[in-house]
This record gives sequence, C-alpha cells and structure tokens, in this order.
Amino acid sequence: MTFKIGVVTFPGTLDDRDAQRAVRLAGGEAVALWHADENLHKVDAVVLPGGFSYGDYLRCGAIAAQAPVMDAIKKAANGGLPVLGICNGFQVLVESHLLPGGLIRNENQHFICRDQTLVVENVNTPWTNQFELNQEIVIPLKNGEGGYIATEETLKRLEGEGLIAFRYKDVNPNGSMHDIAGLRNERGNVVGLMPHPEHAVEAGFGPDMPGTMRSGVDGLKFFTSVLNSLVNA
Amino acid sequence: MPKIIVEVMPKEVLLDPAGKSVNNALHRSGHNEITAVRIGKRIELHFDRPVTDADLAEAQKIGENFLSNAVIEDVVSVTVQN
Repeated sequence: MTFKIGVVTFPGTLDDRDAQRAVRLAGGEAVALWHADENLHKVDAVVLPGGFSYGDYLRCGAIAAQAPVMDAIKKAANGGLPVLGICNGFQVLVESHLLPGGLIRNENQHFICRDQTLVVENVNTPWTNQFELNQEIVIPLKNGEGGYIATEETLKRLEGEGLIAFRYKDVNPNGSMHDIAGLRNERGNVVGLMPHPEHAVEAGFGPDMPGTMRSGVDGLKFFTSVLNSLVNA
Repeated sequence: MPKIIVEVMPKEVLLDPAGKSVNNALHRSGHNEITAVRIGKRIELHFDRPVTDADLAEAQKIGENFLSNAVIEDVVSVTVQN
C-alpha cells in the first residue's frame, strides 16, 4: 500500500515541488494540496513546505495560518494526523498555534544559507523515528527570520517535557533561544523546523559532507520515518 | 473615511533590526541626540459607515489575535477616526 503525503502550496510557497519529490524518493505518493482546499483529500500526512507564503506580509506565516486548508489541517492535527512544517511551514505552525513561540529576524540581520549540523533530540515522532537519539545530521538551512523565541515559561516546559526535536550544533545561525532548530508538540504528530530536509534527499544534490560534496541525504529519513509510522499505525 | 487605526510594536525586550539600522544611519548623518529608533506597524481598518463600539471591540480582538503575535509584539493602541 502506498501512503499519500499532502504537500500544501500557498501563494508564495517555493519548496513544494522539492517536498513532493522527497516524498516520492522515500516511497510515498505526493498529493498537491492548495491553500483554498477545504478538505485534505484523504492524505495520511501533511507537509507545509518552505517559501514566502503571502509575501511574508504582516508576519511570516500569519496569513497562511488563516487559509481554508489550515482549518482542515488544524482539526486533523489535533486528531493525530502527522504534520511537518519546514521553514515557512514551521512559521505557519507557530502562527496557527499548533506549536508554541515565535520566529523573528535572525540576530545578525543576515539571510543565512548554509549546510547546518543538527542534533536530533527526540525520535518519538512520526517524522523522526528512523533517527538515533542524539544523532548528528546535516540539513541545509536558508532563512532570514529563523530566530526562535518563546517566554521563559514556555522554554522551561519545552525543555522539561522533551519537546525540542532538533538543536543547532556548533553554530547557532540565527540567535534561536536554547539553540532550538525544531520542535514537536505534546502528542508528537506535529513537528516543525527551520532547516530544509527536502533539500537533503538525493546524493549529488544534497549538502556537502566531510570528504564528499553535495552527498548528504539525512533529510530523506524525515520522509521514510513518516511512511514507517503509517505502516505501523 | 471612518476608520480604526491599530498600532503594533515589537516588544521592547526584542531586538528591532530595522530600527537599529535606521538609528545607525541617523547617527552617520549627525543626529547623535537620537538614542534609539524602533519601527512598528500602523494598520488602518476602513469602513463605509461610522465606526461603532462593537466594531472597536472586534478590532481590539483582531489586533490581538491576527494583526499581532503576542510572543513578539504588543498592540499599543486601537483608535477610531470617524
């Protein structure tokens, strides 16, 4: 059985095709979802890809969070549907209150584009179950507003309940509090991160790895993880 | 035109990179008496009839729930211009 992974396109989304391709390379069927869709066409999981939805007007992700497709995704996510938000998708999840906190302009005021090492700190989610705990992975990062912030109280809860899914290693590229690169929700089905796993799924087109250029494929495991979780569901 | 004006500012504790850049430029052009610049948003909600108290209450809600994000911003004023 082939599982269907929906990939949402908002006006201004950029990485929807890359995310669809990552789904296919992992062995799933990619289903294009449109921002105006009021239903999710029976997909088994959803990816909110990166880009600049609605031109980042108002705040990154704020207008996308009000799109009709997000009503359906919020409902389904609260029912346990696996949802992955990448970069702008992470911002949409935060603006939709599916994950806590906010994302602000990078501390150094620069747009950052680099191959970033992350530590996987939570493997009990449908998007991370193929990783080892504390595994170091290399995933391309490209954003201008990736600085994660939250109240002291929220940070304490995230740390205490193990809800930090990924942390930046060696370099904190954007001033994120507690080096946070990505989060999961309490249930684990909703995961969001600033780096782009869909850009690290095929040798020759991925991030540089020690000794070999563009060979990194650590991102593929996000997509094989979710397919694995659906098989075992 | 009757309107409600909502003003949103980044929280004081947060770095405001746009404000910082403008402040730096002002210092370069000799305005050293200015100690800081902060940049926020003014959002106008237009109506084709006079604004009511109910509109204002609704605008307050829209301001807090959509036009601002309480984690990073504050609604500093919601005013009516009839």
